[in-house]
Amino acid sequence: MLELRGVTKFYGEREVLGGIDLEVREGEAVALIGASGSGKSTLLRCIDLLEEIDDGDIYLDGAAITDPGSDPVPIRRRLGLVFQAYNLFPHRSVLENVVLGAIRAQRMPRGDALAAGHALLERFGLAGREHDYPDRLSGGQQQRVAIVRALMTKPRALLLDEVTSALDPELVGEVLGIIRELKGDGMTMLIATHEMGFAREFADEVCHLESGRIIERGPPEQIFSDPAHPSTRRFLTRLIDGARA
Amino acid sequence: MHTIPTSRAERQLARRRQARRSVALSATSTIVVLGAVAAGIVLSPGWRTVRSTFFSWHYFRAVLSSLPAGLWLDARMFIVVEVVVLALGLTIALVRTLRAPLLFPLRLVSAVFVDVLRGVPLLILLYLIGFGVPALDFSFLPTDETVLGGAALALCYSAYVSEVFRAGIESVHPSQPAAALSLGLTRTQALRHVVLPQAVRRVVPPLLNDFISLTKDVALVSVLGPQEIARIAQINSDLNFNFTPYVAAAAFYLLLTLPLIRVVDHMRGRALTRQNAVVML
Repeated sequence: MLELRGVTKFYGEREVLGGIDLEVREGEAVALIGASGSGKSTLLRCIDLLEEIDDGDIYLDGAAITDPGSDPVPIRRRLGLVFQAYNLFPHRSVLENVVLGAIRAQRMPRGDALAAGHALLERFGLAGREHDYPDRLSGGQQQRVAIVRALMTKPRALLLDEVTSALDPELVGEVLGIIRELKGDGMTMLIATHEMGFAREFADEVCHLESGRIIERGPPEQIFSDPAHPSTRRFLTRLIDGARA
Repeated sequence: MHTIPTSRAERQLARRRQARRSVALSATSTIVVLGAVAAGIVLSPGWRTVRSTFFSWHYFRAVLSSLPAGLWLDARMFIVVEVVVLALGLTIALVRTLRAPLLFPLRLVSAVFVDVLRGVPLLILLYLIGFGVPALDFSFLPTDETVLGGAALALCYSAYVSEVFRAGIESVHPSQPAAALSLGLTRTQALRHVVLPQAVRRVVPPLLNDFISLTKDVALVSVLGPQEIARIAQINSDLNFNFTPYVAAAAFYLLLTLPLIRVVDHMRGRALTRQNAVVML
């Protein structure tokens, strides 16, 4: 459903993505792992057309979405992106955050959007917080609101950019729970993550990014227990040591 | 070394003692300083002349009845100019922020406008517009001095206020429009619903500061002739070679600006507490 062919991106002279090939099939979850600065975030931002790629193509439902000169707005409406730092709108209440896209981008009638927003917030344990401002919420709650906000526009696929990295450890679980639930609903997802346990349990495929290239990919069992590439092995060892320390 | 722990009551007592001492100190120093200034003025060699030319009760009463009308003209000009300034300032800021290639000429004009108007003294601008525009002799251009003076003020302040708005817009972190775009909003929608509301909230305190400057600069329009309060004071003062009307005009002006300044300070304090940024100095 989502397909990347030779996606390349430069910041000035520096190559940050070096020919990424990737496919996410309907209902599948693909995890992107790799050190900070390996290009995971940039890749997600490129797919959501927040950044222009310099070479290659990205296809959504078989149609190229990265043709130069094409309007990115209708494409973005079909994809949901959740950011590491939540990026909620601080001047709008939780409910107003959630319905903005539905009302302005999808032209959903206000009443319908509010009802749908209420329902989704309730489903993800945020009932009663509709009229609070984001800064009154815990990090975990804010990230759940951000996920609901992305879901409100009924995206074909959800792009999750290290959505638990900014959270206190005890709050990680509540956000991962939602993602698990969405996976159960059959949501197609591309997830950049540092939560190896989660990726292992949850992903259909794991891709290890290093310096803007996928150096190893495979089913999670193989990547985590028997990585073929020495660099992946080093990365995983470092992570495990870091978790122990 | 204290061996007996200090009780809560003792601490409160000590704190109260300290508070009383600082109130007494500040009261004393205020009285001393103000007294010294007052004594300095009253004991000056020219005090008798100053008192009769600046603080004459006779001339004060004589000018009293004509000042409110002048102040009312200032207040009206201030309100109209302020509305124009907010609209024009925001428009210029937006034009300078938008990146559409079609808008390039507008962007260029705005940039030059802002630079030039911030660089020209207001007084000179008032003369240029007040005397230059009527000289063009176009029938559709206004010739009324109040309107022309107001226009000059509006142009000058729009330049400043547009920079305030622009700073506000630029202060909103790029992750905010990015989040809006990712929801499928257009650039204009992201600006309208996400960036601008946050930007405007942030620049309220500096905007209010500019308002207060404007209330006073309105009086500069008097150089073109309109009978606002400074002009009335000038006429009355020239009539009798006595400066009391100016002092009366200043006192009247304070009636207008002091409440405004208090309100602005109050709002700024509230904005600060909202952002949890109260620093005790």
